[in-house]
Amino acid sequence: MSTASVSAARTFSAQIFSALGDPTRLAILARLGDGRAASISALSAGEPLTRQAMTKHLKVLEGAGLVSSVRVGRESRFRLEPGSLDEARAYLDSVSAQWDGALERLRAHVEE
Amino acid sequence: MADRIEKTIDLKAPVQRVWRALTDHEEFGRWFRVKLEAPFAVGRTARGRITHPGYEHVEWNAEVTAMEAPRLFAFTWRPYAIDPDVDYSREEPTLVEFRLEPKGEGTRLTLVESGFDKVPAHRRDEAFRMNEGGWAQQMENIRAHVDG
Repeated sequence: MSTASVSAARTFSAQIFSALGDPTRLAILARLGDGRAASISALSAGEPLTRQAMTKHLKVLEGAGLVSSVRVGRESRFRLEPGSLDEARAYLDSVSAQWDGALERLRAHVEE
Repeated sequence: MADRIEKTIDLKAPVQRVWRALTDHEEFGRWFRVKLEAPFAVGRTARGRITHPGYEHVEWNAEVTAMEAPRLFAFTWRPYAIDPDVDYSREEPTLVEFRLEPKGEGTRLTLVESGFDKVPAHRRDEAFRMNEGGWAQQMENIRAHVDG
């Protein structure tokens, strides 16, 4: 990864992790897990959430690239975008690989 | 998905030896590949330069948050802050913790890096503006961008 794209990935991933750090939003993602687009009304049905609160959560998810919306007639429908999760995971994997290298050098240093 | 990195390794060296390799700034620098200006001290920002070939232009800094000999060494930093053209000071740091415990004759070392869920401040501001009805402006920006 180039340095610029690493920085972008860091920022982007932070948004994703932040978006995921909320049980309501995780529940919304789970409901969208079948890959079908759903309206705000459909997503709010049976949930103790106002339409306004649901809209707010969906905006956070959309901002992190975890869902996308399409306009169908007068309503917006939301769909899961699983690709963004892969990007966040790739970022963590790259930091993780750096640590593997550093810890192996530490091992060589203290075990010599 | 976990927003943290956790690694455990068993080292064939006593806890005191590993503690020194972690917290003596010169020893740390040798395996971490950074040349530090001064010893680590809690509350102080450790500064130096990466010694890894090809990255010698990169400044390295971390703020030490805990040195509890010989059990816990922790600092906050910004991983991958290696682009000289980017001001990383606006990004939220992550927390790195090294925990040591004796394991037989050796040491069990656990590394945890956490805090990847924190949105960098400038992005948070942006998110806030969007929540405050800034979507119209954002749409204008996008329109200007694609029309431009």
